[in-house]
Amino acid sequence: MRSAARDALVAPVIFPHEAGCMRALADFTIEPGQGADGGVLHFSGPMVVSSLGLVDRRLRKLSDPVAQIDVRDVERMDTVGAWTVWRLSQQLGAEIVNCRDEAERLIKAISETDTNNESIRAPRLPLIKRVPDEVGTLVIALAVGFLQVVGFLGQAISAAGMILRHPRRFRGLALVHQMELVGVNALGIVGLMSFLVGVVIAQQGAVQLQQFGAEIYTINLVGRLTLRELGILMTAIMVAGRSGSAFAAQLGTMKLTEEVDAMRTIGVSPTEALVLPRIIATMIMLPLLGIYSSVLGIIGGAFLGAVSLGIPFLTFLARIQEVVPIHDVWVGLVKGPVFGLIVALAGCYQGMQVKTNAEEVGTRTTSAVVLAIFTVIVLDAFFAVFFTKIGWG
Amino acid sequence: MDQAQAHLADIPDEFEGDYPIRVRGLVNRFDEHTIHDGLDLDVKRGEIIGVVGGSGTGKSVLMRSIIGLQIPQEGSIEVLGRSITDARDDEDIDIRSQWGVLFQGGALFSTLTVAENVEVPLREFYPEISDDLRHEIARYKVLLSGLPANATSKYPSELSGGMKKRAGLARALALDPELLFLDEPTAGLDPIGAAAFDNLIRSLQETLGLTVFLITHDLDTLYEICDRVAVLADKKVIAVGTIPELLALDHPWIQEYFNGPRGRAAKDAQDREAASVVQPDQKTATSPMEQE
Ligand SMILES: Nc1ncnc2c1ncn2[C@@H]1O[C@H](COP(=O)(O)OP(=O)(O)OP(=O)(O)O)[C@@H](O)[C@H]1O
Ligand SMILES: [Mg+2]
Repeated sequence: MRSAARDALVAPVIFPHEAGCMRALADFTIEPGQGADGGVLHFSGPMVVSSLGLVDRRLRKLSDPVAQIDVRDVERMDTVGAWTVWRLSQQLGAEIVNCRDEAERLIKAISETDTNNESIRAPRLPLIKRVPDEVGTLVIALAVGFLQVVGFLGQAISAAGMILRHPRRFRGLALVHQMELVGVNALGIVGLMSFLVGVVIAQQGAVQLQQFGAEIYTINLVGRLTLRELGILMTAIMVAGRSGSAFAAQLGTMKLTEEVDAMRTIGVSPTEALVLPRIIATMIMLPLLGIYSSVLGIIGGAFLGAVSLGIPFLTFLARIQEVVPIHDVWVGLVKGPVFGLIVALAGCYQGMQVKTNAEEVGTRTTSAVVLAIFTVIVLDAFFAVFFTKIGWG
Repeated sequence: MDQAQAHLADIPDEFEGDYPIRVRGLVNRFDEHTIHDGLDLDVKRGEIIGVVGGSGTGKSVLMRSIIGLQIPQEGSIEVLGRSITDARDDEDIDIRSQWGVLFQGGALFSTLTVAENVEVPLREFYPEISDDLRHEIARYKVLLSGLPANATSKYPSELSGGMKKRAGLARALALDPELLFLDEPTAGLDPIGAAAFDNLIRSLQETLGLTVFLITHDLDTLYEICDRVAVLADKKVIAVGTIPELLALDHPWIQEYFNGPRGRAAKDAQDREAASVVQPDQKTATSPMEQE
């Protein structure tokens, strides 16, 4: 005989993705006992993971005295059911009765795992301590990060020195391959970008200069700006986005899959085999790409000049030779390898720092690009002042 | 409250067939490289079927085809009465809450702790389960798979190879699925751990009535817990049966596999155990052959 089901009319919450479906739910009733004995809790329905979610919430709030948990009417039981019964018997200090063989074995197996109640969450500091803790960690990480970058650069330089002494160990093929990836494959996008920027500079410059009737100086503007500043700067930014990120992601994934460790055990130095070819390739290709970019920028300017300023294309190019001092080309060429070093170093360093998981590959790749672009722009400002001071203005 | 309740689609009762997995005429090709060519396989409800075959014969590819990760060129695959090969996208395969998969490499989510890994399927399929219960379930699953309690809050990168396997098993078992796909679960475990693993699978299979698709190279596992063994060779399943049945065939690969030094050692171990059935609490060691 069962007493009236408690809470039997409580409508189950329908969760969005199962709306429209019905599933058999577990239920329970409590038969009050005589005096202080405590009652009997009867379970019914299937006691499986799909049927217990709601019942469990009610069971946790239970405070009635219960001496026995009766599972005779349970159709099926899985480990979640077994856990629920076992946990409840511990919570209420009740005895499990009318258990079938399999159910009993399940409950026994589950109870053996319930040895201590250590939390499965990693310990977490309270907010008031956590904030200073994290700020401190961040500051230290910044300082350590700076030292590590310097150390990484040192490693790369010493590896380069090593190769100078033993040229046979130099990985020419890897270098050529990286030069193709960093330089040759970027020709299309860098060219298009530079051409368009050249067009824009010429157009905007002409609009302003026309007010003084000086639109012929558009040629000076385009020539000097692209060769000195924009060609190399835009290329560095593009290479940071294309190749710096690729370096970080490649090396990071290789770290995760232990490929880097495998290399080391075979006696191949990862710095020599992975880092150095990338750094050298970028240092060689960036100035070349920069010059290429400047040339296409000038062509873009000349194109606009021919179309809308009435300056013939070849005249534009010929004037460039007269108005652009040769040291502007040197300025671009000096900055190239430095920017290349920064971009490649940031990418390789961040990649080699990956230790834990896929997410870290992502964050490291982002910081490689952001750091590289930021440093390049800051350095570019220094270069601008420096070259003006030494009379290359 | 009785059985007269309607059932949710993802509860298996409606399925009456005897074969939760049916594969017919499976053809898998990578470019010109044919892996399977007209492969047939039936897995009976409630059995542990061992799948053996040389390295690279396509055991993992077969498993990936059955769970819908690899679209075969030809053939049909039915799992729990639903056609996997006719499913047009992932949404069509609505039986995912009824199977658990342990990948050869573990395939744990690297950004989640072990416990959180186990909680993912629970969260996904049963959002009504309270946080407390979900944490408790994750915790006992992890312990049940043979990991220490302090492993629950670790990240996969902090685990050893064998621990990753166990964590992967805990996640595969998260929903108490009725179909379990295990790709080399005991590879990389110490012998004691591997035996405990076998026992765990066996007792889960007995108490929950699981059907287990078990790829393995471990002869002890085959002898200890597999009801039947399917042999993959020549791009097909060349034989399915109990080990004595397979031994009766005179296919050279099968003979070499089971009668090689390792095969014989595993058989001897099995015979010794069968001879000393005095240990009553070794219920999980029931020989599959005795049941047939
Ligand atoms: N994505 C893929 N692309 C091309 N070929 C593949 C791919 N995946 C598997 N193969 C090929 O399919 C064959 C079977 O691979 P599979 O991983 O199934 O082997 P296996 O039987 O599981 O071997 P093992 O016992 O070593 O795990 C191999 O020859 C492999 O080269
Ligand atoms: Mg495999």
